Amino acid sequence: MRRRAFFKSLIGATSSFGMVRHGYGGKKEALIPTSVASGAPFSRVVLATERGLSHGIRPVAEERIGNLLARSIETLFEENADTVWRRLFHPEDVVGLKVNCLAGKGLSTRLELVNAVCEALLQAGIKKHRIIIWDRADRDLERAGYSIERRKNRVQCFGTNKAGYTSRIYEHGYVGSQLSRIVTDYCSAIINLPVLKDHGIVGLSVGLKNFFGAINNPNKYHDNAGDPYVADVNMLTPIRSKTRLTICDAITPQYEGGPPYMPQWTWPMNSLLVSTDMVAMDQVGWDIVEEKRRENKFSSLAGAGREPVYINTAADAEHELGTNNSAKINVLKV
Amino acid sequence: MDRRTFIKISSCSAAGYCLLRDGKVLAGDDGVAPARYYEKLPYRKIKCTLCPRECVIDDLERGYCGVRENRGGTYYTLVHGNPCSAHIDPIEKKPLFHFLPGTLAFSIATVGCNVFCKFCQNWQISQARPEQVKSMKMSPEKVAKVAVERNCPSVAYTYTEPVVFTEYMYDTARACRDRNIKSVMISNGYIQKEPMKDLCTVLNAVKIDLKAFTRRFYKELVAGELKPVLDTLILLRQQNMWTEIVYLIIPGQNDDPGELEKLSKWIVEELGPDTPLHFSRFYPQYRLKNLPATPISTLETARKIALDNGLKYVYIGNVPGHAAENTYCPSCQRLLVKRTGYRIIENAIQNNRCSYCSATIAGVW
Repeated sequence: MRRRAFFKSLIGATSSFGMVRHGYGGKKEALIPTSVASGAPFSRVVLATERGLSHGIRPVAEERIGNLLARSIETLFEENADTVWRRLFHPEDVVGLKVNCLAGKGLSTRLELVNAVCEALLQAGIKKHRIIIWDRADRDLERAGYSIERRKNRVQCFGTNKAGYTSRIYEHGYVGSQLSRIVTDYCSAIINLPVLKDHGIVGLSVGLKNFFGAINNPNKYHDNAGDPYVADVNMLTPIRSKTRLTICDAITPQYEGGPPYMPQWTWPMNSLLVSTDMVAMDQVGWDIVEEKRRENKFSSLAGAGREPVYINTAADAEHELGTNNSAKINVLKV
Repeated sequence: MDRRTFIKISSCSAAGYCLLRDGKVLAGDDGVAPARYYEKLPYRKIKCTLCPRECVIDDLERGYCGVRENRGGTYYTLVHGNPCSAHIDPIEKKPLFHFLPGTLAFSIATVGCNVFCKFCQNWQISQARPEQVKSMKMSPEKVAKVAVERNCPSVAYTYTEPVVFTEYMYDTARACRDRNIKSVMISNGYIQKEPMKDLCTVLNAVKIDLKAFTRRFYKELVAGELKPVLDTLILLRQQNMWTEIVYLIIPGQNDDPGELEKLSKWIVEELGPDTPLHFSRFYPQYRLKNLPATPISTLETARKIALDNGLKYVYIGNVPGHAAENTYCPSCQRLLVKRTGYRIIENAIQNNRCSYCSATIAGVW
């Protein structure tokens, strides 16, 4: 699709976004109780597992992963999955799927999972060209097995290198960054699709950290194990207001040696984590990685000098992005 | 790329003279060259030893500067021969007031910086990554050739932070030396000892932006540390490198008279009273738009403090037409170099001496 044609197609999406904030936002209300951030007593995080799902980096059967995703969504929202997708996303939305592809095949968001999400969105009435699979650069996407796609009537797939960054600087706390125009100008809604993995500097990379791929200068924000920068990035209004769902690929997570792919430290967890509370999901992911590290006689992340305290910061009174209080996180195992 | 396009993308120097027609837009992996100054670590990690940050970088990741990348355990610069800005400026614009006054400097920069100043003037290129800004291809030899062709006796590495393109700067300075062109580095001084010593073998002058004289300021507004910058200044003195200092005064942040007195005393004691000190006026920009411009009276007070503490050459910058733009003989107090903006109106220094009283005037004239 040519750039001009694409923008033309977004005119409807812009008005649709207005609906999300005002009229359509009423439908979203029904989904809010999955997060403490919205005042609910518990945040819900689905941990959905299917044995034998993964075989190293070989493809996973899309049907199986699609079924697992549907069960996760139904458990999280206590409704039929199709109904949930239709409530979460309007046909005039432009939905950005923020994948995590820097590590290449083996430790990037699996294509099969992304395909399953696309299929659910299509079933919910979103047109193909209104779905954008994206990350920082085409090169990162291709390295992880994605094909760059900008043709009309196709699910779009491209990096911010194609869309560019805003000229405006978005600021919160210690962060001042230009945002991917995919977030600000192209999309009206975002599904965050991170990978569960260890991170050599900030300790852990799950949902919150994935949005470092949406700013122009992530290299400036790794000091002090990413605290408070990761939390601050997630406070930037376009990210915070447009992210409606986080689906974490925990099929073959990595508990040490990240963010690059180190197969010796991955394990077949065969799971998805799904939530609307990114902080709660990160906390659950943190617990999982710590447990795996203990099993394999590695020090804790704190012991390794990279405790991901940015998760605590994201939950504090200044940020209120969600809860990290385990007593307020309801982990729903499927 | 034509000249018009370049002007559109270039963010530096209204007075500058665009030279992109000598280059071209780059794509892909142009500019990638092996980096110097790093250590290999287990599991394809590396530790960068170029600047005091000593970033430990995983495979496929970059350091704080955003222009040096680990690829499979080998470290690369992404900007060698890949400037994003190229202009011809008066040397006074750097500012260097005691180095070949009235001459032109062919001035180049790549993207990237190893600090994160909230008051950065060139943030569009200094805080960017190579793939976010259009650049040109210009080898070290080409830079030297252009400098000769354009009658520039010096090349300035400036606008962003040249420390992060140290390999390109070093190779270019060597190529310039072969053509009798001098090299000047306009830097924050946030660099380790070994690479700075290597650069001293090919540079002829350095200007350091000493951003404050407190750790607090460096931590909160620069995302860096003060001490390594002071260490660099001392090293430059030990290496007999001609060095001038710029101190941008930001209201309420680094304008305390006590701080300025400590700064002045430190310069006199550690670098010598002949070190030129430029107090520069701040204008609100980037992430400090909430602060006012520096009152001229503050700059004048700062200058008085520095002179009272023994510094001989203290200037006020970013205030066109101010009398403190000029150089005065520290011995007879006569006006020696009269400046208006970046222009030299008159110069009464002859053979490194005051033409009135014959006192030696420090500098490279």
